[in-house]
Amino acid sequence: MAHLPILMVLVPLLTAPVVVFIKHPVVGRVLATVACLLSALFAWTLALTLDSAVSYPLGGWRPAVGIELRVDHAGAYVAVIVSTLASVAILLGTRGTRDELKGREAFFYALFLMCVAGLMGMVVTGDAFNVFVFLEITSLATYTLVGLGRNRRALTAALNYLFLGTLGGTFVLIGIGLLYQMTGTLNAVEVAARVREVGQLRTVHVAFAFFTVGLAIKLAVFPLHQWLPGAYSEAPHAVASFLAGTATKVMYFQLVRVVVSFFGVAYVFETLNFGALLMPLSVLAMFAGSTAAIFQPSLRRLLAYSSIGQVGYLTLGLSLGTAEGLEAGLLHLGAHALTKTSLFLVAASFIAQLGDDRLENFAGLGRRFPLLSLAFVVGGLGLIGVPGTAGFVSKWALLQAALQGGYPLLAFVILVSSMLAVVYVFRVVELLYFRTPRAEALPLLRERPDWVAWGPALFMVTTSVALGCWSEVPSEYAATAATSLFGGAR
Amino acid sequence: MNRLPEWHYVVVVALMMLGLYIVIAKPNYVKKLMGLSLFQVSVIMLYVSMGRITGGTAPIYILEDGVPRPFVLYTNPVPHVLMLTAIVVGVATMAVGLALVVRIREAYGSSQEDVVAELDRRDEEQARARETSVILDAEHPTP
Repeated sequence: MAHLPILMVLVPLLTAPVVVFIKHPVVGRVLATVACLLSALFAWTLALTLDSAVSYPLGGWRPAVGIELRVDHAGAYVAVIVSTLASVAILLGTRGTRDELKGREAFFYALFLMCVAGLMGMVVTGDAFNVFVFLEITSLATYTLVGLGRNRRALTAALNYLFLGTLGGTFVLIGIGLLYQMTGTLNAVEVAARVREVGQLRTVHVAFAFFTVGLAIKLAVFPLHQWLPGAYSEAPHAVASFLAGTATKVMYFQLVRVVVSFFGVAYVFETLNFGALLMPLSVLAMFAGSTAAIFQPSLRRLLAYSSIGQVGYLTLGLSLGTAEGLEAGLLHLGAHALTKTSLFLVAASFIAQLGDDRLENFAGLGRRFPLLSLAFVVGGLGLIGVPGTAGFVSKWALLQAALQGGYPLLAFVILVSSMLAVVYVFRVVELLYFRTPRAEALPLLRERPDWVAWGPALFMVTTSVALGCWSEVPSEYAATAATSLFGGAR
Repeated sequence: MNRLPEWHYVVVVALMMLGLYIVIAKPNYVKKLMGLSLFQVSVIMLYVSMGRITGGTAPIYILEDGVPRPFVLYTNPVPHVLMLTAIVVGVATMAVGLALVVRIREAYGSSQEDVVAELDRRDEEQARARETSVILDAEHPTP
C-alpha cells in the first residue's frame, strides 16, 4: 500500500466530477459517503502502520524535480481527523442539509468532496506551491458551500469569506514566491535545509511574515477572524460542522509546518522572536472569542465565537516554542475538532426540530430532548475542559507545557479564560434545563422521531468521554507527532 | 542619475497596494472583486519578474546545423509555470465571486456593501421586535 498518501486525496477528488455528472441526489450521497469513508480508511491505515515519515514521489519523479508527498506522524494524525470528521459530517449531518438544498444536492456533495480533497491534499503534500493549490481548491469549494446556506445572509457571509480568504491565500502565495526566490526550490525538505543559510536576509523575514499572516487569516487568529462567525453560522449544517472541525485545524497544521519545518524553531522563536507576537494574540483570542460568545443571540453564532477562542489555545501551544507546547496544540486540535463538529451536529439536530436557532427558543427543551441536551452538556464540558472529556486532556497538556516553558502566569490565564467558557456553555444549559418552555416556541417543534438526531448525540458522548478516559493513545501519538516535527527540523 | 535598481518591485508593490486599497475601501462588491483581481495580478508580476535574467532567452533548444545549441543564459521557466496555476485560481475566484454578487443582487436588490449591511441590520431588528412582542403578548394576555 505504498500509494496510500495520494489515494486519500485522489478518491474524493475524482469522485466529485462523477457525482456532478450523475446528478442524482441519492447516488451522489452514497458515492460521497463511500469516498469519504475510503479516504478515512486509507488515512487510518497509514496512521497505524507509520514508522517514520513516508515520502511519495508523485508520478515517479524524484522529489527535488517533481512534487513530493510527505506524511509524518503529525500529518497522518491530522489526515485521520479530517477524513473521519468528513465521514461523520456527511453520514450524520446531511439530514437537515437535504431540506436546505432542494434540487442542488449533487452539486453540494461534489463541492463537499472537493473541500475534503483539498484539505487532505494540504496535509499530505511536501511541496510549498502545492500547499497553495490545495489551499485554493479547499477555499473555492468552501466559499460556494457557505453560500448554499438557507438565508440570504449566507451569500454575504460567503462573499466576505471570499475576500478575506483570497487575500490570505495570496499572502501565502507571496510568501512561497519569496521563499522560492531565496532558496530556488519548492520542496519542503530542501527549503528547510537551505533557508538556514540565508536566514539573516530581509527577504526571508518578509517571506515568513507573508506566510504567517496569510495562514493566520485562514486560521482566524484573533484580529483576523472577521469571516468566521458569518461563515460558520450561515453555512448549511453539514458544512458548518465539517468546517468547524477541520478547516481551521488544517490551517493550524500548516502554520506549525511553516514555523517548525520550513523555517525551524530556533530561527522563528530566537531570531524573529515570533512567540512575543503570537502569545499575546492567542491570549487575546481566548478572551475576546469567549467573551463575544457569551453575548450571541443564536446557538450557532455562540459556537462560532467559541471557535475563535479555541483557536487561541491552539496558537498558544505553538507560541511556547517547545515540543511540549506543540504536543498540547496538536492534542487540542484533535479534541476541539471532535467536540466542535459534534456540537454543530447537535445544534443542527435542534434546528431541524425547531426550525430556528435563536437561543430564546431553547428554553425548557432539556426534558423534551434528553439525549440531545445531554450531548450538548457533554460537548460543553469538553469546551470548558472538565476532567473525563477529551477537552480536559488537551488543556491539561497545555497547562503543563505553559508551566514547563516558564510561564506560570500564562497557566493562570488559561484557567481564567476557561471560566469564560463555563459562562457561555451554562447560558445554554440553564436555558435547556431550568426554564419553562416558551409557549410560542412549542408550535415550532416538529414531531419527528429522527434517528439522525440521536446519531450525533451518541457519537459525541461516546467519543468525547472515551478519549477523555483513555487518553494515553492520542497523547502518545501527539507526542510522537510533535517530536517528529521537531526532529524533522534538524 | 540615481536610477532605482529594481524598479519592477515598485510596480508590483504599487499594484498590490492599489488592489488592497480597493478591496478595503470601495463599498461596491464588483469593484471590490476588481481590486482583488488587481492584487492577484501583482503577485503574478512578482513571480514572473523574479525568474527573469537580463539577456536571458527562453529555455528552448535552438537547432544550429542540426545540433542543439547549448544555451547559457535562460529565464527560469518554473515561476511562469506556477503562475499558470495561479491565473487559473484567480479566474476561478473571480467566477465564484461574481456568481455570489449576482445572487446577492437577486436577494437584496443591491450590490453595495453598506446597503446590504443595512438590510441585514433591519432584518435582525424585525426578528427581535417580533420576539419581544410575542413575549409581551404572553405576559399580558388580552382578555
